[in-house]
Amino acid sequence: MNASNLLTLSGVHTHIEAYHILHGVTLQVPRGQLTMLLGRNGAGKTTTLRTIMGLWKASKGSVHFNGQDITAMNTPEIAGMNIAYVPENMGIFSDLTVKENMLLAARKAGNARQMDEARLKWIFGLFPAVETFWNHPAGKLSGGQKQMLAVARAIVEPRELLIVDEPSKGLAPAIINNMIDAFAQLKASGVTLLLVEQNINFAKRLGDTVAVMDNGVVVHSGAMKELAEDEALQKSLLGLAL
Amino acid sequence: MKTKTTEFDWKPLALVPALALVVWPFIGSGSTWVTLTVAGLAMGMIIFVIASGLTLVFGLMDVLNFGHGVFIALGAFVATSVLATMGDWTGSDQLWRNMVAVLPAMLVAMLVAGVVGLAFERFIVRPVYGFHLKQILITMGGMIIGEELIKVIWGPLQIPMPLPQAMRGSLIMGDAAIEKYRVIAVIVGMFVFGVLAWTLSRTKIGLLIRAGVQDREMVESLGYRIRLLFVGVFVVGSALAGLGGVMWGLYQQNVTPQMGAQVNVLIFIVIIIGGLGSTGGALIGALLVGLMANYTGFLLPKVALFSNIALMVAILLWRPQGVYPVTNR
Repeated sequence: MNASNLLTLSGVHTHIEAYHILHGVTLQVPRGQLTMLLGRNGAGKTTTLRTIMGLWKASKGSVHFNGQDITAMNTPEIAGMNIAYVPENMGIFSDLTVKENMLLAARKAGNARQMDEARLKWIFGLFPAVETFWNHPAGKLSGGQKQMLAVARAIVEPRELLIVDEPSKGLAPAIINNMIDAFAQLKASGVTLLLVEQNINFAKRLGDTVAVMDNGVVVHSGAMKELAEDEALQKSLLGLAL
Repeated sequence: MKTKTTEFDWKPLALVPALALVVWPFIGSGSTWVTLTVAGLAMGMIIFVIASGLTLVFGLMDVLNFGHGVFIALGAFVATSVLATMGDWTGSDQLWRNMVAVLPAMLVAMLVAGVVGLAFERFIVRPVYGFHLKQILITMGGMIIGEELIKVIWGPLQIPMPLPQAMRGSLIMGDAAIEKYRVIAVIVGMFVFGVLAWTLSRTKIGLLIRAGVQDREMVESLGYRIRLLFVGVFVVGSALAGLGGVMWGLYQQNVTPQMGAQVNVLIFIVIIIGGLGSTGGALIGALLVGLMANYTGFLLPKVALFSNIALMVAILLWRPQGVYPVTNR
């Protein structure tokens, strides 16, 4: 196993009830880089992320994080290893305020006063809506504001790996630009990122490395730059859906 | 910090005074209305104490516990045994001496119900997580076994549970007579609601419970063990049912092994009216059920049994997920 990879999946199979979704996924997420996981609808991207987080168990193969086998661990244990996860539906607690959502993710803080103030200021700089709507029920936020809150919540404490499922889905161009800036700053701060995307332009602007999935396996992996510059490869791997 | 806030949904809260005001002209006498209203609020607060744990148990883990009633009966029977040893204290006409007897009875009842709740969760509920039909069958079976065990220990007959001396009688306010115990029940219920509301809104554990009710998978993804949280809520819910059992037994002034099953119907109506998983909703639901039972018992005794079902149907026609639905459910 290459020590430069923070996360490694080796031949991972996942079944959901009678359905065989992942058919031997092999994926490396290099430390300190931003990896894009691309693919058509139903290719297995979300299942891959959920398998990493232990929300669905791998029936075969292994998942290693920082050299440690986490395949059989339960979700709280995996999250406790400094992995933050933002699901496709954002996982916002709608009946809780923005502040309460943030406090929940700050595992070391017993109350809002114990949250890291300097880090909060940095997050407010990335996502001003989080500060504006601090005492507002999260369910009343717009889709873009919820996505900002979801990412802000994931980074309320320093994490080694940030996994985000479709961060640009349904967002206005201005908010997508805001997200791109935020992810770039996070990467610059040393966080490793794994993002699932369907928006190729978003992926091209951010990704260092890329893996493309189809039918439950990774069919291509390499540098994002290579894929970005090769339109024929993009077309053959991603088709017209992207 | 620049912040914005939002308004509170006051409409469900207004239902309680609205119901009380609507029936006033039909009752006619102001003093009778006051007596019935206080009786309804007392009954509602006792039902709330019992139902508050059940609604969180359902909200957190989707567990339909039809055996919740057994903790009510258990708490009440345990209290009869404790009170039986404290005749000197319950027979005193000084309220503080009565409280010295009632408070330990309540605490022991809560402790026993909580410990039995821990075993109930481990051996009866845990094997059927995710299977609603099995949950209904096995928890009802658990309640039947519990009732039979109560009969083995305390006998099958009704046991009197007289009110301590100083809690008997009424306070006279003008023409209205308000039973002292009902005032005490309202105070105890308010205290329990206050503690629950404070815990849920001001502590990290409470925050986790509220978040878990909405999306337990996300709570786990943030690094928290929801199963442990659920066991804790189940135990506290069982202990509160035990406390409610003591209050209900004193309210009825007798206890029977079947009392839990009888109250079960009311508490399910309450948590459905309130919105599954909502503590605030359970309080509104309990107060409405308590008031409705007392008003219809006086005005239309023949429809009293049906009235709470009709109330639930009316509420669900207005808000199909209950008065304070929990988002994402």
